[in-house]
Amino acid sequence: MGKYIVRRLLQMIPVVLGATFLIYAMVFALPGDPTAGKCGERECSEAYKAAFYEKYNLNDPLPIQYGKYMANVVQGDLGENQYGNDVAGELGDRYLVTGKLALMALLWEGVIGIAAGALAGIRKGGFMDSLVLVSTLFLISIPVFVTGVVSQFFLGVKWGVASVTVSADATVYELLLPSFVLGSLSMAYIARLTRTNLAENLRADYVRTAKAKGLTPQRTVGLHALRNSLIPVVTFMGYDFGALLGGAIVTEGIFNIQGVGGYIFRGVNNRDGVAVVGAVTVLVVAYLLVNLLVDLLYGLLDPRISHD
Amino acid sequence: MTETSRHVTDGEDVAPTDDSQRAMVDETLRAEGDIGEARSLTQDAWRQLRRSPLFWVSAAMITVFVLMAVAPSLFTSLDPAKGDLSRSRETPNAAAWFGRDLQGYDIFARCIYGARASILVGVFATLGTSVVGSVTGMLAGYFGGLADTLISRIGDIFFAIPLLLGAIVFLSSFRGDDPGYFQVVFQVVLVLVVFGWPSIMRLMRSSVLQIKPNDYVSAARALGASPVRILRSHVFPNAVAPVIVVSTINLGVYIAVEATLSFLGIGLIPPTISWGVMVSDGLPLLRASPHVLLFPAVFLSLAVLAFIMFGDAVRDAFDPKSR
Amino acid sequence: MTTVTTDPSAKQYRPENGRLLDVEELHVEFHTQEGVARALNGVNIYLDQGETLAILGESGSGKSVTAQTVMGILDIPPAKITGGAIRYCGQDLLQMGEEQRREIRGPEISMIFQDALSALNPVFPVGWQIAEMFRVHRGLNKSDALDQAVHLMERVQIPGARDRVKAYPHQFSGGMRQRIMIAMAIALDPAVLIADEPTTALDVTVQAQIMGLLKELQEERQMGLILITHDLGVVADVADRISVMYAGRIVEKAAVHDIYANPAHPYTEGLLASIPRLDRKGQELYAIGGLPPNLTRMPPGCPFHPRCGRARDICSSDDPDLLEVVPGRLSACHFSEEVLNG
Repeated sequence: MGKYIVRRLLQMIPVVLGATFLIYAMVFALPGDPTAGKCGERECSEAYKAAFYEKYNLNDPLPIQYGKYMANVVQGDLGENQYGNDVAGELGDRYLVTGKLALMALLWEGVIGIAAGALAGIRKGGFMDSLVLVSTLFLISIPVFVTGVVSQFFLGVKWGVASVTVSADATVYELLLPSFVLGSLSMAYIARLTRTNLAENLRADYVRTAKAKGLTPQRTVGLHALRNSLIPVVTFMGYDFGALLGGAIVTEGIFNIQGVGGYIFRGVNNRDGVAVVGAVTVLVVAYLLVNLLVDLLYGLLDPRISHD
Repeated sequence: MTETSRHVTDGEDVAPTDDSQRAMVDETLRAEGDIGEARSLTQDAWRQLRRSPLFWVSAAMITVFVLMAVAPSLFTSLDPAKGDLSRSRETPNAAAWFGRDLQGYDIFARCIYGARASILVGVFATLGTSVVGSVTGMLAGYFGGLADTLISRIGDIFFAIPLLLGAIVFLSSFRGDDPGYFQVVFQVVLVLVVFGWPSIMRLMRSSVLQIKPNDYVSAARALGASPVRILRSHVFPNAVAPVIVVSTINLGVYIAVEATLSFLGIGLIPPTISWGVMVSDGLPLLRASPHVLLFPAVFLSLAVLAFIMFGDAVRDAFDPKSR
Repeated sequence: MTTVTTDPSAKQYRPENGRLLDVEELHVEFHTQEGVARALNGVNIYLDQGETLAILGESGSGKSVTAQTVMGILDIPPAKITGGAIRYCGQDLLQMGEEQRREIRGPEISMIFQDALSALNPVFPVGWQIAEMFRVHRGLNKSDALDQAVHLMERVQIPGARDRVKAYPHQFSGGMRQRIMIAMAIALDPAVLIADEPTTALDVTVQAQIMGLLKELQEERQMGLILITHDLGVVADVADRISVMYAGRIVEKAAVHDIYANPAHPYTEGLLASIPRLDRKGQELYAIGGLPPNLTRMPPGCPFHPRCGRARDICSSDDPDLLEVVPGRLSACHFSEEVLNG
């Protein structure tokens, strides 16, 4: 187990370097003036430019620039964004909001997705099954920005049952609707995944054994079959959490949430390279770490998997 | 990636246990004459598909959307770029079936003309990811060793960057001052391929790893067939089914991603007509003139729905377990 | 007896004159896309205390369907019980409510399956799965139930039972897994144990050990044992009586020694002839030609006639009844006596 974790962590290093270099190169190595837009409408002064180039080592060849940048990142220094704020500090605050949003989305996904999937899977071909299949098909087909905007309009603006926008505090109540919108696509996938697995497991030999043992139908389905069916579902939710941490650009945009996705999006639009690269670096590392955790969790959930 | 582009197939990896109740029924039904009638997977899949209403409905919808993309003038004689400001935000009526938007454009005509961008992006992004993913996946799975390590790690790198995020950074970096229609479509396709191929590569790789130990592959090798020939004639045809299924579903997903990018103002931009842009334009008018948003959103959702349903039907046909 | 203690007064089912089970004219159909498959066509079997009945037949003959119908674990639909009765200690199981039947499964009638690896739940420890019987049916708490599980694992001779009680099914060998299945099945001291091909998935040496264990447990607890198999070799040492099934019906019934000495149905004759025997070394091994009939399209007359070497005109038109040929022996063949007399 320990060996496995160390091996995985070592494997992560080239991936993190590769992914961050890719982003770094896209942001900084492009033709064009990296200081464009930094000084309002007019062009920046030569002195400013020189200082900027010096600070971010932009006169060095790209790999060396990147190397110097990463050396700072390892020490926890993500640089300063165009407003002169510490990127690491700002990201910390924004991750609190995005983390909360992601956790709530995960909760929606898990509770509704699994419940709907289980109801559908118990009787494949039944009424609930058709209902779940059709409704998940619609959830998957309607793009999130449409669901977000329409639900914001009806639930928030017209009927006033949900908060229209989210304040800087991002309270649980304010995040109810955004997290539901954010989780809706995965909710549909989880429902389908649960359904498929449950229906398959219900035909498994050990379920027949459970019946032969004289267990109640509730115990046979709810414990024996569902326990097995949930292994891939929980794994999916784990990976999804890793992905949700990447920030929900669309959802955060619609509901004006001060999260990581919005931070990156604004950084991209303002050509604030330091902010973008810093945020994406943190995000890639977080994503990979969560994936590693999920793989370890998989080993715990399924005793047949061994990480030795 | 979190919001638009994942599919479930990655997660469905729990080994099915032997299913003896059904085996018993099958056994009970075994007919003397039926044994010799071995059917190939594709033939079997086609027989299954023909019986599926899901397949026919989605195929019909896809045909309509493809026709719209190829020849929009078949569906409307109106000019989508001809605005009539005096009729701005007109509600649906006999002349303008879906009403008019803020600029007085005919929404029906624009919905028809908007299909082209979505279909182009969907089709080419799917082709691109399938080709790149299949080739790299086959190489990694078949040759193993260094090739596998290299390809898998490179795949990990691209996989670690969420699709939507990568697309935003990529597009905003490479966007020229005044890109033409096809240039933008090409850029969007490119970015979807660059960040989308690893999932197909992984799928193909694991599929090839299952095929490789089979006797017919060893036999071909023993007979001295070249690796290219083995891959082309023996490995590829047997390993491609899951890729077909996922690619079909991805087509719908890519259409949604394109619309999302356009919605964010990074994909297609006016004057190009695109469903994503139309939805984006309709947002501020939601309260007063919901029809401006409604119709493009419905068209977009129906197109995504068609491809996802099609993918579902294909999967059911290829995967006997799910029947 | 083992350490499993059950209050005898808790047993609400008592066999009359030692008769545990009476299956009468059982009919079962499967409704499928291809049509209606008549899986069981009037099956009659009985079982007394302490005896072993072997049900013999090829795959698809209906032996597993019979077992699962008695057990009440048939999937309905696609299956449908269209007629007959299953009397356990005089009470018809088919007339009972589902809850009452569930309470019979485990404490009264229990079952072990062919492939213990897939029949055990892969994600729960084996001890937990055995203990579940005590927790669900006896209301024992977790630790008492687990203690009972350890005793049972010791009883079925699993080495180091106390240490392995928390291990998972995939960590055991095939033979050990089948022992765990057996421990689970006998946990509540059932009166009837149905073993559906218990040794088919195992090595020959392990097969003998498992059959030995079953025989031992049966004698110890005076269980009635129904042994379902396609392997005549397994049956010979263990069974008292044999019912041979073909195409969803019983074609021959007799005491085990009579059948081996002298079969009364051509199908049994064929099965016996296809066992390799040392005293017939050098001779070609016999195999019954053809395949079992498709149950959706049963041939007219005797279902075995297309494959029968003795078939005559009458066989393709009249379906023979299961009749007594000599006292204590039944056979469903127009020419039973001819077969019996060689």
